[in-house]
Amino acid sequence: MLKIDNITMKFGGVVAVNQFNASISKGEIVGLIGPNGAGKTTIFNMITGVYKPTLGSIIYEVNENEEDITGLRPDKIAKLGICRTFQNIRLFKELTVMDNVFIGNHLRLDSGVFSAVLRLPKYRSEEREQFEKSRYLLEKVGLYEERDEKAFSLPYGKQRRLEIARALATDPKLLLLDEPAAGMNPQETQDLMEFIVDIKKEFKLTIFLIEHHMEVVMGICERIYVLDHGILIKEGNPLEIQNDQKVIEAYLGVE
Amino acid sequence: MKNNNLIKSLIIIGLTIIALIVMNKFLDSYLKRIVNLCAIYIILGLSMNLINGFTGLFTLGHAGFMAIGAYTVAILTMPVAMKEMNFYMKPMVPFLLNLKMLEIPFLPPAASEFLWFIFALLMGGLLAALCGFLIGAPVLKLTDDYLAIATLGFSEIIRIVFTNTQSITNGALGLKGIPPRNHLLWAWSFAILTIIFMYSLMSSSYGKALKSIREDEVAARSMGINLFKHKVLSFSIGSFFAGVGGGLLAVSIGTIDPALFKFSLTFNILLIVVLGGMGNIKGTAISAIIITVAMEALRFLDEPINIGPIHTNALPGLRMVVFSLILMIVIIFKKDNVFKSTLQKARGRYAKDR
Repeated sequence: MLKIDNITMKFGGVVAVNQFNASISKGEIVGLIGPNGAGKTTIFNMITGVYKPTLGSIIYEVNENEEDITGLRPDKIAKLGICRTFQNIRLFKELTVMDNVFIGNHLRLDSGVFSAVLRLPKYRSEEREQFEKSRYLLEKVGLYEERDEKAFSLPYGKQRRLEIARALATDPKLLLLDEPAAGMNPQETQDLMEFIVDIKKEFKLTIFLIEHHMEVVMGICERIYVLDHGILIKEGNPLEIQNDQKVIEAYLGVE
Repeated sequence: MKNNNLIKSLIIIGLTIIALIVMNKFLDSYLKRIVNLCAIYIILGLSMNLINGFTGLFTLGHAGFMAIGAYTVAILTMPVAMKEMNFYMKPMVPFLLNLKMLEIPFLPPAASEFLWFIFALLMGGLLAALCGFLIGAPVLKLTDDYLAIATLGFSEIIRIVFTNTQSITNGALGLKGIPPRNHLLWAWSFAILTIIFMYSLMSSSYGKALKSIREDEVAARSMGINLFKHKVLSFSIGSFFAGVGGGLLAVSIGTIDPALFKFSLTFNILLIVVLGGMGNIKGTAISAIIITVAMEALRFLDEPINIGPIHTNALPGLRMVVFSLILMIVIIFKKDNVFKSTLQKARGRYAKDR
């Protein structure tokens, strides 16, 4: 579904990511771990078009079609079905919970702006659909009761879930989650894991996630990539990763 | 709930129209002009609020777009004889000189005049929107202060071009004798339509997308919103209404010249937007009325004052000093809710991330 081929990202003289390779198949949950500053979020930013890789290419395969998305504009990439959440939550703070999810639907809107202003029948039916979908997603993440609250007034854990709901509203095929469990207590983390597996099944998603909570990564990821100082040091299933000497050294230091 | 609101707004619109008809009958021409100006400033305030308040693009080019609208309407509606009289320095370009009302054969003259005026206003708006589109395409890649400066520059360019194209705009002499449309319903019906348009736009999916751009550009584009397209859209729609407002201003005061469209005009509108609340439709409409009325009500300060033994000579400019002082006090004490939300928004938008 996604083939990352030798991507390198340099910021001036700093090499944030060095020749990273990965491939993700349809329906997988893949983890990306590594110490702070390893370049994990930079990889997400390259996949979603926020940064253009200095070298290398990213191929996205959808409906048997291979498409080179390297350096494509973020909104085009989102339209192709890759959506993400952010490490430091980026909600539309002053807007309501409902509006946040509603805006996620906007990219699939067919009607033009005039048919929207004049409330022509086509727009009305589209809007009703968007509304229903947003409501469904909010119920799914358990935020429907808070639909009229402003996004910033929600507690942290709920903001994270709202961000996932907003991403789901764009109808993604590949969902990138950047530290979804950050700042959550054990119970919330447990719920989140169930939630991720659940939405993956329901929306037929492929999930690529960055996470520091090892129980999440080891619990739900089928394969894991480990990054250190911008370099891929290990790829494998959770068991292999846990027992790899290089990974242990990267996290705990050399004895 | 929804129906209730609809009925309420229909009642308010109905009452406004009745009030306007009554006022139109009894007010003298000076007061009528102020009421007209209120409506025009509502249109202008809302159009600027769409760009600055809802979409979060800090632009200062409004006077330029108004000038385009005003001149278009003036040239389209002035009779040929009046244009010839105006252009005594240098004759007008024949094509523009001969532009005149199309007589629609089966309609009475009043009706075709009516339609022609609406056509002229729409043309003014559309030309302004076209310019907005052409300017917006390169300029909207900028953000914040840079965008403000670029659009301000554009507005000055328009003014200077209009000052120097003697055979099209009559240069610094301006255009006099634009057929007046003083009936209050003219400007006000456009103001009401603008308010309805804005409410409809902002509650639609497009309006929400525009707000999301204001809130967080990075998140908005990651959610698949084409930033450039939406910014240009907002800017063009805003320019359209600025053009319409400019056109209405032209027919309301009857004479226009390039000096009218200086930066201070943009500033007045910005004042309305900031006072009414960034992204607040109702607040903008109310503050447009308050500011327009206040500017006129304080006019006595410019004249000689005699209060008992105190006697001053005429002090032109005192009005603006007092007006600015009142404004500062109001902003500082922000007792009113309208002002409170404005300040929070304005701070959030323009002071943060600095």
